[in-house]
Amino acid sequence: MLPFVVLAIMVIAIIAFQLCRSKAVASAGGTLALLHSRPSYHGVYSLLWVLIIGLGVFIALDLIGFAIVDSLMRGELDNLLASTGETLRQIEKDLRISDAIKIVRGGLASSEGPIRLELADYFAGLERWRIGVVAVGSLAAAGGAFYVTYQQVAVGFRARNRSERILRSILWTAAAIAVLTTIGIVLSLIGETMHFFFTQIDGRFDAFFFGTTWSPLSGVHSGVMDPTKVGAIPLFAGTLMITMIAMLVAVPIGLFAAIYLSDFASASARAWAKPMLEVLAGVPTVVYGFFAAITVAPFIRDFGEAVGLSVASESALAAGIVMGIMIIPFISSLSDDVINAVPQSLRDGSYGLGATKAETIRKVILPAALPGIVSAVLLGMSRAIGETMIVVMAAGQGANLTWNPLEAVTTVTVQIVMLLTGDTDMATASGPAFTLGFTLFCVTLLLNVVALRIVRSYREMYD
Amino acid sequence: MTIELTELSAQHTSDAAARRARSRHWAEFRLKAYGIIAISLAAAALVILASTIVVRTVGTVYEYYISIDVELDLRERDLARINDPDPRIRADLRSVIRDGLRGTVEGDLGRAERRQLFALTSGDAGFELGDLVKADRQLLGETLRFRALLDDEVQLYLKGKIGELHDAGSFGTVTPRKIEGSDEIELGLSPLALAEGRAMLQEARAAAAKLERAEASRQAAAVAQTEADIAEATDASQEEKKRLEDLLSRFTTARDAANARADALLRKATDRSAYFRLTSGDPSIILRLNGGWLKVTALSQERLAGIELDPLDSLDPPDEGDWQALLFDRPESERNISDRQLVWLENLERSGTLDRAFNWRILSQSDSSNAELAGIWGALVGSFWTMMVTFLIAFPVGVLAAIYLEEFAPKNRVTDLIEVNINNLAAVPSIVFGLLGLLLFVSGLKFNVFGMEIMIGGFVPRSSPMAGGMVLALMTLPTIIIAARASIRAVPPSIRDAALAIGASKLQTATHHVLPLAMPGIMTGTIIGMAQALGETAPLLMVGMNSFIQEPPASPLEPGNVLPTLIYQWNNHSERLFDDKTAAAISILLIFLVAMNALAVLLRKRFERRW
Repeated sequence: MLPFVVLAIMVIAIIAFQLCRSKAVASAGGTLALLHSRPSYHGVYSLLWVLIIGLGVFIALDLIGFAIVDSLMRGELDNLLASTGETLRQIEKDLRISDAIKIVRGGLASSEGPIRLELADYFAGLERWRIGVVAVGSLAAAGGAFYVTYQQVAVGFRARNRSERILRSILWTAAAIAVLTTIGIVLSLIGETMHFFFTQIDGRFDAFFFGTTWSPLSGVHSGVMDPTKVGAIPLFAGTLMITMIAMLVAVPIGLFAAIYLSDFASASARAWAKPMLEVLAGVPTVVYGFFAAITVAPFIRDFGEAVGLSVASESALAAGIVMGIMIIPFISSLSDDVINAVPQSLRDGSYGLGATKAETIRKVILPAALPGIVSAVLLGMSRAIGETMIVVMAAGQGANLTWNPLEAVTTVTVQIVMLLTGDTDMATASGPAFTLGFTLFCVTLLLNVVALRIVRSYREMYD
Repeated sequence: MTIELTELSAQHTSDAAARRARSRHWAEFRLKAYGIIAISLAAAALVILASTIVVRTVGTVYEYYISIDVELDLRERDLARINDPDPRIRADLRSVIRDGLRGTVEGDLGRAERRQLFALTSGDAGFELGDLVKADRQLLGETLRFRALLDDEVQLYLKGKIGELHDAGSFGTVTPRKIEGSDEIELGLSPLALAEGRAMLQEARAAAAKLERAEASRQAAAVAQTEADIAEATDASQEEKKRLEDLLSRFTTARDAANARADALLRKATDRSAYFRLTSGDPSIILRLNGGWLKVTALSQERLAGIELDPLDSLDPPDEGDWQALLFDRPESERNISDRQLVWLENLERSGTLDRAFNWRILSQSDSSNAELAGIWGALVGSFWTMMVTFLIAFPVGVLAAIYLEEFAPKNRVTDLIEVNINNLAAVPSIVFGLLGLLLFVSGLKFNVFGMEIMIGGFVPRSSPMAGGMVLALMTLPTIIIAARASIRAVPPSIRDAALAIGASKLQTATHHVLPLAMPGIMTGTIIGMAQALGETAPLLMVGMNSFIQEPPASPLEPGNVLPTLIYQWNNHSERLFDDKTAAAISILLIFLVAMNALAVLLRKRFERRW
């Protein structure tokens, strides 16, 4: 039913466009040049208002209607239960209500019974009312908007300026969505983080930041966690170890590749090496995860066993190496950019003094490009810290505080995934998960800001 | 001070100068070599990655079937299901399939053997036969040659992924003889027969002896420890002493027994007629003779004893070359396919009832917990819906935002804030977007305002492509905005000036002139952004798109999963066929990504204008 209301509002908008345009043409009396705005702008002006008001009222009424229906349903359910003398828990009440709604809408209810059927009858009545009110209200609002704008059509009416102002605010809204996303991220993360710190672990910040045992879901008692089991140090250490291994792989390979490609390679070598790195960059992380779990981890384990080391099958080394491979193109393309940005005159000056290419790179180009390279490394680290799929598929799941890269360690992202995809109660698990997410967000944001700051403050200006 | 010209040139021709030059050139060579090594390592990683996926994908190209004769004499319940007009009701004709399988083997089978026989076909074969009969009820009562899909482990074996039966020395002659009072058959071996089997026997014996010796030395250590304890416990209670004495005698007996067993094993190695019993931890030896199969249970240098896996026609000595000894290296306890099943498969293969077909199933079926049935169709549909939602949100919003920021935005702090924001959003880890989507779209943010509970969001069903698409749209937005701004900025100001000069408004200039010229660039950026979104996994796990879903979603509001999350789920299965299927799903995902990126490159080459 309701989709048809939306369709009807659109039809009204199109009719409004046509009518206002004809009225504008008629009011010009044959000399269109008399109009301040071309006829279609009068039409567009009306169309925009009809859509905005009509759809706005539709959404508002729909949401308010939902809330009212919900509270009425709860009241009715309480009445019904009072008459039969039953008492139910909140979750059972919710189930009854959603079953009643499903019965009316033709879905598959979990079970049927007198209470559910009576509630369904009641809901059907409310639903008829809600749909009626929403339909009539929003269509009336759309009609009203049309009526007002239709009255405004006149020779001197500045329809173009007005409709452009509306369109501009639509553009502005689109741009603001990016900001709203950030605000949404921060708000949603902060809300759950506060809940975790102040309700779930009772204000024990130190327990989270300095504790060494991570097992938040064991020992939950009526929503309160055991503060001795929420220590995130093993996760931070594991994340750091895997990130460091990744950087040990990615930084030398990426940097040397960038140096070679920008100053040594022939055009033909560049022509295949650069796309090759781009392909490496375009591989989805879940594929890297599969690669780590299926090929690299067993290889490292077998190799370790062959030389007499005991290697966990989900070793930090395997996840770190594959993550390093993933970050190579990131480091190499960013470094390539900054190395190429060093002006040719510096190279020429150095060659003119008799320096070899290698000496020029070491003594002239790298120092000049250093801020850019450092920021590339920091950005690469931020990606490694936030990377999820490789570690979820190839790193361990149990918190383990160790220095040995051959053992299994777990990371912040793995724990977020474990907490939120397991069979755990969302209300309990989301506290620690969102707190870890917020920590992750802050750390990566900090790394990005520092990286940009380094580039901006230490960049040499040559031109 | 002046330097003579000859002296100067001497500085550059001296040995020291030559050494300097050499070391400088060496440094140059080194740096270059590091670069080449770095690029080769990256290329090697790519090649290994690609070959891992290709090799495993090739393993899923074919699937294997068995042709069996089935009699469609249905039981009451199956008939009712066949006659039910509702197409969702499927009939499981597994009993018919089982009867058909019984017809392919000789002899009476016990319970356990029957179970092994029935495990050869996929659990879904009965349903497939049911579908066939349901579509054509004329078949009822007929006898039909039906191709039943084989079980995943059997398919792996037929592809050679578990191991192969290979010859174990089928030379010389063997003389069968029934052992009285036992269902075993004894075979006398001529000197040449079963050479490899005997070699294996020696190894097995040596290994077993070594194990016994190790056990003996463990017990010996325990004896020594207990003796030391007794020496120390001089003033211990009587009971304690008694306990220690008991312990000592137990350990001593165990040590001597283990040593005796090891000695016996080694003595038997010299006794040519001493039997060595093979266990399920030893490689399997199977003999084919007189139209049947024997599994070797005990072996000596001169004879062997075996049980019939498939009954022999007679106990006459077969002619030389008319019998075959086969060895399977992987012990029976380390594989999911029994010796008996191997023999049946060997027979079936000889009679030509096994065949293979191109694996369309992986493309046309949705997820299943049976490895041989699982396919990607549901995930493809889910990916399609998710991408549609992402595109319909991210593209318009991204382009409108880019137009605003490039053409209209005043240079003030708000605009700066938006800019910084967009750049930072592009670097936020994807899983954080998943958290946002989970809370905002799926669960809803609850606020308590003046005692009233207000909920924002939470209107999207969990696991639905709508939820996933909205999260991915937020993630893709920065990419699209950045690309769109770059290509709008690339349109030269002269175009804008010309439009403004003939009386167009700023909005008209932007929509009629700038946007069409910038469109190819915007489309390129959008496609690249969508390709990233298509491969994204972590945020979709957060909104529950990793559920087990057997039906493709009919709309974006129904639960579904996407290719990357399917890959993640399949990777978690322990069945080995799933590893190969995961690789196949990855290949398909990569084909889509390559196609999208190729399209982006094509657009850029074809439509990009340089001003």
